Amino acid sequence: MTEEERIAELLALLPPAPEAWVRAAQQLPRARAELDGLVERAEADAAFRRELLADLERALAASGVEPRPVVVDELRRRLGA
Amino acid sequence: MGESDAELVARCRAGDERAWHLLVERYARYVHAIATHAFRLPAEAAEDVFQEVFLRVYERLDTLRSDEALRPWIAQLTRRCCIDRLRADRREQPGEGLERLEAAGDDAIARLDEAFTVRLALGELSADCQEVLDRFFCRDESYRTIGDQLGLPPGTIASRISRCLVKLRERLEGGEGRNPAAAASGERVKTR
Repeated sequence: MTEEERIAELLALLPPAPEAWVRAAQQLPRARAELDGLVERAEADAAFRRELLADLERALAASGVEPRPVVVDELRRRLGA
Repeated sequence: MGESDAELVARCRAGDERAWHLLVERYARYVHAIATHAFRLPAEAAEDVFQEVFLRVYERLDTLRSDEALRPWIAQLTRRCCIDRLRADRREQPGEGLERLEAAGDDAIARLDEAFTVRLALGELSADCQEVLDRFFCRDESYRTIGDQLGLPPGTIASRISRCLVKLRERLEGGEGRNPAAAASGERVKTR
């Protein structure tokens, strides 16, 4: 095998990750800020907390955050649910 | 290639969202390949691991001891997440030996490290070379598809690929054995 062939094989080992995955990861800082806001509000407002816990996915979507499992889990953890 | 990992990490710590975008872009293929190629996770599990890894990286950037150690740190985080996922899935559905999968995964990560270094060197080539090599080798597009997209005959694509591969090899071997692109991650380039 020539060196160029070996380099070509190595290039092929790193195909692009799905765009949607990359986009979601890039939006983590914004998602984190939204989570902070939701958690802060839930701590101050028991009714909102109950509403939030009843449907975390919907609450995230309403805040403009894609409710991916890792984000939903993080919110649930932070709410102590 | 642009900024080094250390510079990116510093900007991320300062809350620069653009730097975070670049960091994710730089490491997305690597994390994806560790999950899907090294540990052979199915798509759904790989996506969970992918998001989990970047969440942990984002949350724990402050704990990174050396900013130049970003790549090995991300590799270890991804490895850990993959193994946790494999263990959880095995509890539900026993199958192939976990130890064997882990060992194979570790071997594959070493090779992906080499691939990452090549990828960094690719980033130092012209935009034309980057595009044609990425389309052909990473996206598995044919000469005809690439030619149609770029408005060039397939024969020209073939010769461009060949020429760009030589440039990439020279880049990897060049300059006293140290590739400026690889300096971004503090790695020395391995060539035969």
